[in-house]
Amino acid sequence: MTVTPKNQRLLLVAVAIVALLGAALLAMWGLSGKAAYFRTPQDIAAGRGEVGQPLRLGGMVKTGSLQKQPDGVSIRFVVTDGPASVPVLFRGIVPDLFKEGGGVVAEGRLERGGLFVADNILAKHDERYMPPQMGNLAAERKTRETVSQ
Amino acid sequence: MIAEAGLAALWLAAALALLQLGVAFAGPRIGGVRAIAVPAAVAQGLLTLFAFAALITLFVRTDLSVQLVAANSHSLKPFIYRFAGAWGNHEGSMLLWVTVLAVAGAALALLERRLPLDTIRATLGAQAALALGFFGFLLIASNPFARLNPAPPEGQGLNPLLQDPGLAFHPPTLYLGYVGLSVAFSLAVGALITRDVGPALARAMRPGVLGAWVLLTLGITAGSYWAYYELGWGGWWFWDPVENASLMPWLAATALLHSINVLAARGGLRAWTIMLAVVAFSMSMVGTFLVRSGILTSVHSFAVDPRRGTFILGLLVVYVGGALALFAWRIGTVREGACFNLVSREGALVANNLLLSVILGTVFVGTLYPIFVEALTGEKISVGPPYFNAVSGPLVLLLAVLLFVGPLLNWRIDRRPVLRRTIAPALVAVAALVATVALGPMSLLSRLGLSVAAGLTVASILPLIGRNLRRTPLATWGMALSHFGVAVAVAGAACDSAFTRETLTAVRPGESASVGPWTIRFAGVDPVAGPNWTAVQGHLVATRGATRNLFEPESRAFSDPQTQTNEAAIRTYLDGQLYTVLGRQESDGRWQLRLWWKPFVTLIWLGGSLIALGGTLALIGRWWRGWRQRVRAREAWA
Repeated sequence: MTVTPKNQRLLLVAVAIVALLGAALLAMWGLSGKAAYFRTPQDIAAGRGEVGQPLRLGGMVKTGSLQKQPDGVSIRFVVTDGPASVPVLFRGIVPDLFKEGGGVVAEGRLERGGLFVADNILAKHDERYMPPQMGNLAAERKTRETVSQ
Repeated sequence: MIAEAGLAALWLAAALALLQLGVAFAGPRIGGVRAIAVPAAVAQGLLTLFAFAALITLFVRTDLSVQLVAANSHSLKPFIYRFAGAWGNHEGSMLLWVTVLAVAGAALALLERRLPLDTIRATLGAQAALALGFFGFLLIASNPFARLNPAPPEGQGLNPLLQDPGLAFHPPTLYLGYVGLSVAFSLAVGALITRDVGPALARAMRPGVLGAWVLLTLGITAGSYWAYYELGWGGWWFWDPVENASLMPWLAATALLHSINVLAARGGLRAWTIMLAVVAFSMSMVGTFLVRSGILTSVHSFAVDPRRGTFILGLLVVYVGGALALFAWRIGTVREGACFNLVSREGALVANNLLLSVILGTVFVGTLYPIFVEALTGEKISVGPPYFNAVSGPLVLLLAVLLFVGPLLNWRIDRRPVLRRTIAPALVAVAALVATVALGPMSLLSRLGLSVAAGLTVASILPLIGRNLRRTPLATWGMALSHFGVAVAVAGAACDSAFTRETLTAVRPGESASVGPWTIRFAGVDPVAGPNWTAVQGHLVATRGATRNLFEPESRAFSDPQTQTNEAAIRTYLDGQLYTVLGRQESDGRWQLRLWWKPFVTLIWLGGSLIALGGTLALIGRWWRGWRQRVRAREAWA
């Protein structure tokens, strides 16, 4: 087969399209099992939290629920959003702003017995740095407005 | 007065950008590009530099009658943070962005003398159009010089996470690279307008792209190390959307850097190179939108103001949409380049470009997916390291394997038995793979990473073998060094994920903990104080064999604004880093300690620096060659 510049360009375009489709498929495959959904305790009570899937659990740390474990580095607490609550186990150093009655987002997985095992805990760093996930409704609404415009 | 002078300089610069754009539209009718557009571009660069210097002066003096200073600075801060704090906030960092854009435009106007005048005129017009939009954003939606009346008695201070020497280096370097890519964008647009896409364009684009890419590489490397030691999580790349915002232009610029060489040397890949030049700076603008619009939350997002997001989104749509429309309209008139065989340097570079584009595509999708899902369904999701590592890890390794062969191939067609030359690196890679089995259990990706890194270390030297080293161009040395840097960085990342040992424990003074080969005795804590913080400082004595070192991690409490941060204590050894973090005190008197032993982790940043150094060598080599040629031509003519 003789290759003319025109054929070669067509070939390159075809290869580029295949690569793009490949990237899209790869991304879809990756996203299907590895994206973490944000859930509140009510969502989980309603059965919207699959066991073993990566999740982000958001709510308030229930007052009086924080228990330090004997190893000195693990804690148990309850995340609540009013009507529902979920027990959480976390091993690690908690952020400084983590406290009872404060907002929290825990990243981790739900276990079969209903316990949420967190790998990471997010809390507010500074007054001007407010993750919308922290229940900062004003910031959240603004963010959504920006996205939908 | 300084604030007003800075503001006036910005307005004047915006007016000059308008003039420069006008010259481009008027075309050849009004005289010389050199008479109007070039001086206008240079003056813009100087005026924005002046405005930027004015802002720095206000910050250093802590002039609290300026709103931005009052909101982000504090008179008790050390000098370096009052200085660098000028860009540690939304408005200041946008001013830095615009300054780099204007200075890049000035450099382009001054230094580019080889392209036809028409193309230069159109290019400077495109650069002016970019500048005009971002001047508008700065002046209308993010004025850094707004006054505050009455002035407060004291400023609110700077986010303590930003109070680090890294702030002085990381943002300016990153922005120089990020926004420096605008030069490639404008040249591509200019060449499309004048239908002048060819090797000369590639040669004009190359220094700008190479320089921007070097700085972007350095900025990303510095940012990675900063996050590693400052955030105290022991990781070096978090796949935070903001990190991805800097990685995406880098991926596009890396692809562009390679395809430019095909265009410059062989006249091929014309449309593709133009497309990459547009995509690279578009990714910079997408990144700016992600970081500056408040749509994402991270240490980089300073304020949530929906108007700003909409403004940048508007600019993004106009510029990217405009450039793509121009591309679609004019690309039919771009001639095809020279043909090449699949097994050739061009073929390998096409494969390199496709792999980089696929990585770029997956990072792009992963970064923006949560925003779209939330906008469409209201469902909040987050995409993190599990996705990015699984998707991009294997692609990076594939890219590294391609480096075994690619640089050895000839242009156009290669009939030599090339595979024979890659036997040495292939054998090394296989030997390394076998050796990893003896090292114990680790993930498949780390195993393959170590193997490929070992092979690539050898393969990166091959292009230099069999050449007269004294006559080898500096650019070739640079290429070999950068590819070696890739091997080093991959090795560091693989070592980090394969060999890191972590210990999380709570100890009383006098007790010990161990991590990897180290025994760490906790001696106790003491209070210490800095200029604007107080801290609890832990005393740890780490021993391994005869080595014995003191570590003093701190838990710092800042007063303005009230925040706590962990200052990790880290020490680098020849075979790795020991990383210690002091946590909280338990009610029973024990202190939490988090300890990491990270063998060879520093290779990651060493690799990044080598990649940048290779680029610098290539830049110097090309410049030197061009200069020598000009001198010879002048002598021959005389």
